[in-house]
Amino acid sequence: MKPPPFSYHDPRTTDDTVGLLASLENAKLLAGGQSLMPMLNMRYVLPDHVIDLNRVEGLSYIREKNGAVEIGAMTRQRDIEFSDLIRARHPLMHEAIRQVGHRQTRNRGTLGGSLCHLDPSAELVTCAAALDAKVAVAGKNGPRSIDFAAFPVAYMTPAIELDELVTGATFPYWPAGHGYAFVEFSRRHGDFAIVSTAVLIEEDRNGKVTRASVTLGGMGPAPVRASEVERALVGEAIEEKRLREICETLRQVEAVDDIHAPASYRQQLATVLPRRALIKAHERIVQGRKQ
Amino acid sequence: MSDKRTIAVTVNGTRYEETVPVRVTLADFIRHQLGLTGTHLGCEHGVCGACTILLDGLSARSCLMLAVQADGHDILTVEGIAPNAETLHPLQEAFRDNHGLQCGFCTPGILTTLIEFLRDNPDPTEEEVRIGISGNLCRCTGYQNIVIAALDAAKRLRTPDARPAAENGTTQR
Repeated sequence: MKPPPFSYHDPRTTDDTVGLLASLENAKLLAGGQSLMPMLNMRYVLPDHVIDLNRVEGLSYIREKNGAVEIGAMTRQRDIEFSDLIRARHPLMHEAIRQVGHRQTRNRGTLGGSLCHLDPSAELVTCAAALDAKVAVAGKNGPRSIDFAAFPVAYMTPAIELDELVTGATFPYWPAGHGYAFVEFSRRHGDFAIVSTAVLIEEDRNGKVTRASVTLGGMGPAPVRASEVERALVGEAIEEKRLREICETLRQVEAVDDIHAPASYRQQLATVLPRRALIKAHERIVQGRKQ
Repeated sequence: MSDKRTIAVTVNGTRYEETVPVRVTLADFIRHQLGLTGTHLGCEHGVCGACTILLDGLSARSCLMLAVQADGHDILTVEGIAPNAETLHPLQEAFRDNHGLQCGFCTPGILTTLIEFLRDNPDPTEEEVRIGISGNLCRCTGYQNIVIAALDAAKRLRTPDARPAAENGTTQR
């Protein structure tokens, strides 16, 4: 028996869940369990109450609405991986999700769990930043929406109150034919990335970038949008020599030291990975136009 | 404070109704309460893959689930892979014939993982097999013979009549 003692609740509706969150002290929400369960087994967390979301109805869906894809908080990573809608509208997320853990963990792990756990190098977190996602939250004061840019408030801490839960997220999609790439560096397949990057670009007929989104994961507590690089790319053609100059500025992005890599190593990766991703994204645009 | 719950689960085709403390993991429930010790526990925090079971046909780490969460679900453990007590599953035969195991500790998790993997991808490349078992650690084999055994099993399972009728797998892909 590894986890510490707790009371177990398995509500069936979001309202009941909100009610439990409002009335219980020291409660933890259990989604896919791929992060909370290890923490319980190792007794890093000692909740008095575990509220299991797995039987809450209506939190698992992937649907298109108003130029965006809405994904429910309890949608399994596996369902994102095999969704035709995601593959068509969010090829970036399709590429990223295959690098999330392993088959056994994607079968259980959820979108909401990943966003709320907010591991600095989690692929879905980096995608949410790259795609300007909006996070849907329910609480006793009713539902609200949080721009993803304002969602991480500190290391592994989302901007939700103790009596709120994430019910889903909305991911606006880019026009068909855009370029994308998710590139990460990790020591083994399935490990958390040391640094990852999510890149999206649009180009005009002459091959000049008209819009760019460049995000770095794993550098610090939250994903970093490289807004200066995004601006510098507009009007440029994707070409290696010029990209080297533009991406060199990413060496200035603040980075953490840890047992996996020193900050300087992360900063080196920050100059290299986006360049590779941008070239890949550009090649995909070129290939798409040939077809 | 309700510390125990009664759950109904089907494991390897047998239905069990059991009362279990809510904080017990599915892995410990399977081993200690049901006595099915084929499911092994290595790391107990979701890294090694030895405790992999199939939940409604999908692989999952049983150390990362509570037993109460399995209420109403269908579970396959390594004991349920072979069609009967005398016959091995073609996957198990391939592991025996190709030295796909040495100490055998990781084998239950590798086999359950591969049951799902080969069902979804009957004709995998070596690279796909390596990614498929990347969530399972083995400290003996260096993986080489596991990969060979998995590819051999895929071949055997593609041959008509090799696949046992009792194959447990309820979901697509």
